Amino acid sequence: MDATDHHRSIEAVWRIESARVIAGLTRLTRDIGLAEDLAQEALVAALEQWPQSGVPDNPAAWLTATAKRRAIDLFRRNAVAERKHEVLARELEALEQTSPDLDSTLDNTIGDDLLRLVFIACHPILSTESRVALTLRLLGGLNPSEIARAFLTPEPTIAQRIVRAKRTLADKHIAFEVPRGPELAARITSVLEVIYLIFNEGYSATAGDDLMRPTLCEDALRLGRILAELTPQEPEVHGLVALMEIQASRTRARITSTGEPVLLFDQNRAQWDQLLIHRGLTAIERAHKLNTFRGPYLLQAEIAACHARARTPSETDWNRIVILYTELAQLTPSPVIELNRAVAVSMARGPQAGLTLVDALASEPTLARYHLLASVRADLLYKLGRHPEARTEFERAAALTRNTRERDLLLSRAASCEADPTNP
Amino acid sequence: MRFMVIIKASKETEEGAPPDPQLLLDMGKFNEELIKSGVVLAMDGLHPSSKGSRVKFSGKSRTVVDGPFTEAKELIAGFWLWQVKSLEEAIEWVKRSPFSSQAGDCEVEVRQVFEMEDFAPVLSEEQIQHKVDARAELVGQAKK
Repeated sequence: MDATDHHRSIEAVWRIESARVIAGLTRLTRDIGLAEDLAQEALVAALEQWPQSGVPDNPAAWLTATAKRRAIDLFRRNAVAERKHEVLARELEALEQTSPDLDSTLDNTIGDDLLRLVFIACHPILSTESRVALTLRLLGGLNPSEIARAFLTPEPTIAQRIVRAKRTLADKHIAFEVPRGPELAARITSVLEVIYLIFNEGYSATAGDDLMRPTLCEDALRLGRILAELTPQEPEVHGLVALMEIQASRTRARITSTGEPVLLFDQNRAQWDQLLIHRGLTAIERAHKLNTFRGPYLLQAEIAACHARARTPSETDWNRIVILYTELAQLTPSPVIELNRAVAVSMARGPQAGLTLVDALASEPTLARYHLLASVRADLLYKLGRHPEARTEFERAAALTRNTRERDLLLSRAASCEADPTNP
Repeated sequence: MRFMVIIKASKETEEGAPPDPQLLLDMGKFNEELIKSGVVLAMDGLHPSSKGSRVKFSGKSRTVVDGPFTEAKELIAGFWLWQVKSLEEAIEWVKRSPFSSQAGDCEVEVRQVFEMEDFAPVLSEEQIQHKVDARAELVGQAKK
């Protein structure tokens, strides 16, 4: 093994262990920033020592023990200045003496620590973009350069975002804890929002982009799967995992090799990843076993599942999708959901029924410049044989979209209305 | 990226003897660890080759040969499908698996799964489309 090989295999160990090491250290030091710094120092020590000594049997314990020794040294040095640190240093030493097998002590609480780390990284006091960066850094084990590439943002910006986030958590004395009672639901929502945002950042990237971006979907899925094991009693966590698994199952089919988007109905369903679909359906079942109430993520997952179960577009259970969208609209009222519901209604009961709903949305101010409203309306008009009106709507939709590929598609549809004016 | 982690057969697995209870326990723990880390996509163990068959192709003829097959090292006893960040991470996980020499000689092979992107640099779009269509047809046939 040469130096690069060593480096890569230590990096792999770090990838596996860093979240747990940082989580354990945060509990011991009560300071997430310090915990990360200590963990980094331990990593540097590993890079120096492991190539000679070999990777220890329990790398996590080695990294934690090394970081902890540094913490004790650091607290001792600061002890005169701050009594609090003196107390902490003593506590740490006492812990080490009473429990020579630090590893087993850590193991018992490691799940709890990891969950606390999830909650603190996704704390609502932080901006969404800070939460995303901190979560990928602390829980995903990504370095600032990888996060920067994934979000097409300069690396110093990401690094600064992480530093500021950690400072905010320290300044506001945010506790390292799992929230309880009524706060828990809101905090879980915040965590799910961060994970889904990471997923979507990867999912909406096109094929021609930096290859780092599709791996964001994998990062988000991994975070979701970890969270599902940490909080198996939360139906919405399984709902989000299911939604991501099923959406990810379409990755191969939704973009052509040259980067053009392929609409759901035009996708080659044989390319859908059946393993991921199966995992998604299993996650939905897990959620159902917990509760009869369906939250927004579970409802979206179930809608995705309706498509996943249909071998051809014509086999889609549109009536069920209408029911699910109606439930979703009641839970999280939004014109965009209403629009989706209108599409489902048009598929279940015909284009005229859909158009009536879409026209009712036309006065909605938030949708005034939403290209999908125009494009859905255009499509329904086309199906009803009202081609001149359809053409105007397709052109309007084309003018509203910012995505060039989508604009081309809409303009070609507009042109097709003109090409065949007599034959609806 | 995905890896198939292949557990090679051994004399013990081929004999179909029930696995050592301790190994079973340790393997359960290890699998739990993998699941908690969000790594496992799928996993399964296989019956001994005495319950399997091989189909040999030669020109147009197909000959069915029933198991067992002798060369244990070339046989598979089970597999995992993992999603990890790198080959090194997969290897790191394999090193942590509870197989030991006590359970007889054992070998685990790590192989990367092809993703569609892997074809992109060498194949033209038409070639990729052809592969996609061929695959689609296969899946379609399998369903019928």
